[in-house]
Amino acid sequence: MNDSSDIIEVKNLTKKFKDLTAVDGISFSVREGEVFGFLGPNGAGKTTTIKMLCTLLRPTSGQALVSGQDVVKSPSEVRKHIGLVAEKLILYDRLTAMENLKFFGSLYHIPKQEVVARATKWLKALEMEKWQDKMAGTFSTGMKQRVNIARALLTEPEVIFLDEPTLGLDPQTSRSIRNFIDDLHAHGVTVILTTHIMPEADELSDNIAIIDHGKIIAMDTPQNLKASIKKDNATLEDVFLRLTGRDMREDSHEHIPSARAHMFGGKSRVR
Amino acid sequence: MKKIFQILTDSFRMARKDLLEFFRDRMQLVFFIIMPIFMMIMTGFIFPTENSLKNIPLGIANQDTGQMSATMTEVLTEMRTSNGDNIFSVKTFADDGALKDAIKAQKINGGVFISSDFSQAIQENQQASVTIIPDQSNPQISQILTQVLQQVIARTSTSVAQTKVDEMIKLTAIANPQLAQVNAAVIIQPIQSTIDNLIPGKPNYFQFVAPGIMAMIVMMSVMTGLATSVSREREAGTLDGLLIAPVSRLSIILGKAFSQTARGMIQGMIVLLLAIVLFGVHVYGSWLIMIVLLFLGVFAFMGIGILVSALASAQESAMTIMMTFQFPMMFLSGVFFPIQQMPQVMQYVSKVIPLTYEATALRKVIVLGAGFSSVWIEVLILFVFGAVMLAIAVPTFRRAVTR
Ligand SMILES: Nc1ncnc2c1ncn2[C@@H]1O[C@H](COP(=O)(O)OP(=O)(O)OP(=O)(O)O)[C@@H](O)[C@H]1O
Ligand SMILES: [Mg+2]
Repeated sequence: MNDSSDIIEVKNLTKKFKDLTAVDGISFSVREGEVFGFLGPNGAGKTTTIKMLCTLLRPTSGQALVSGQDVVKSPSEVRKHIGLVAEKLILYDRLTAMENLKFFGSLYHIPKQEVVARATKWLKALEMEKWQDKMAGTFSTGMKQRVNIARALLTEPEVIFLDEPTLGLDPQTSRSIRNFIDDLHAHGVTVILTTHIMPEADELSDNIAIIDHGKIIAMDTPQNLKASIKKDNATLEDVFLRLTGRDMREDSHEHIPSARAHMFGGKSRVR
Repeated sequence: MKKIFQILTDSFRMARKDLLEFFRDRMQLVFFIIMPIFMMIMTGFIFPTENSLKNIPLGIANQDTGQMSATMTEVLTEMRTSNGDNIFSVKTFADDGALKDAIKAQKINGGVFISSDFSQAIQENQQASVTIIPDQSNPQISQILTQVLQQVIARTSTSVAQTKVDEMIKLTAIANPQLAQVNAAVIIQPIQSTIDNLIPGKPNYFQFVAPGIMAMIVMMSVMTGLATSVSREREAGTLDGLLIAPVSRLSIILGKAFSQTARGMIQGMIVLLLAIVLFGVHVYGSWLIMIVLLFLGVFAFMGIGILVSALASAQESAMTIMMTFQFPMMFLSGVFFPIQQMPQVMQYVSKVIPLTYEATALRKVIVLGAGFSSVWIEVLILFVFGAVMLAIAVPTFRRAVTR
């Protein structure tokens, strides 16, 4: 497991929010250049894990290395190597697509011409070059997400985290983003992907981890996972439901931010 | 050194982005410009100044038939403000009972009662009396009214006295010719006061309130502006985009502080411009010291703004926290009312509010033309306060953003 080509190594990573253990001592590793599917029901702890790997949340205990750097001890080193497409768009509505990219590029101290060259390249690859001088606020969800992905790739990161990148997108845009992820894969970028769309995870991932109640309950290639259950033509969805049960996650009701929690900050709070 | 330079350039990038965003938000921009205008006009017009007092309904019950009381009534009726408006709109009543009833019915803001023996008393060299009945439910107006009426009465009685003393002098001068040189006015009023103003002209409420409003607007934009700007980004999710970039946390918060400073200074200048152009305010001191003081105010309040943005998770709670702080500050810092007019306890409270020092220093410079030597205590207090708050706020912010 501890291969030298592992780009992410996670050991006993735990995150507690007061008395709720959102991530409960998980360990896994991701090889350089692979697409790693991170699946689990709502509230399982996927986003929390990604935020810890991105240095946005401080782990309660455990260790995580990204590109060989410890996320707690040298967060600024980690930040140089990662890109993030979060659940919420990281774009300013009142800046144009190009201005957004220029701004975020400048934070990575990339020379201006280089930023423009890369931005143009990614916008083209994502078929957004026509819109580069329009305000991001006027875009459709799909257009916004494409600019958002261009932003995450601008710094040419070794690892890119995609937290539900196709959430709320139409089939055409979802398709083009999936193709795009495949392209990234072909170019050797490591992708950590969370999604609730099982065929998407099946199609894109080299390896899949299924997390439930903060614990990893299965981790293997999609093929092996499907073969592991006794059913003809088993799909990843069959595997997922078999492993996580058919119950919806109402039992974790108090974990999902209630109306009260929302009033006092709730989920929007970065901890 | 290189690191400091890096932090600063990063924060300028952040500030530039903030301002670009801000100036594209039409709605916000409109409020940004209207707010100081509104504030100036509102405070300028709701507080009564002598100029703004006109046509105050005044009741007069004159039971006397003599020349003296008729003159006094006429003086009151004909009194005018510098703009030529009548100060009083006089109504006549039968007696003091009717005056009191009219005040209770809020038909008049005050009454003057002259009893029937007024002229006779003067004629017979006795003391004549005039009764002033104020409307105590309206302390502002009744205070001014009482002052004006007392002046009129004092003036009338002086002129009566002068005539009488003149007569006396004439009579005694027959026996003692030396006395003919004596001036009656000197006997009645042996001491005369003249007012030697530090600045020319009449004191003007805007002159008093404009420096305070400037101080307040600058404070509000750094405090509220900073906290809401950070929470807005936190809620939108864009803050995460800044936090995963390889820039110092200090750059992020400094960037916010710079953009808010720019906004605060622009608003402060709008207030000053309005005050000068529309309300005849004059800057007697140095513009340089004034601008330095404004920047110092920004520095002093920045820490609180950062602290609140670190502690408040949602935009709404940031607003609520800020309001709780700002509201008492506004009223206790002498922005609208002179601190000296407050009760003693409140004066102590106002001494611990930094805005008081900002407003006082600005007022000294703008109204009294004070130089640095007269405001150095305020400067020192603001500087120390700002430095202490920043020293607390910056580490708190660092810790709060990555929990
Ligand atoms: N800042 C926070 N404060 C308190 N609890 C939190 C916070 N963030 C997340 N949680 C809780 O931690 C648990 C895991 O949340 P997380 O967002 O990681 O789930 P997820 O797997 O990403 O779910 P989803 O599929 O809905 O995105 C949930 O119960 C959530 O309510
Ligand atoms: Mg999630």
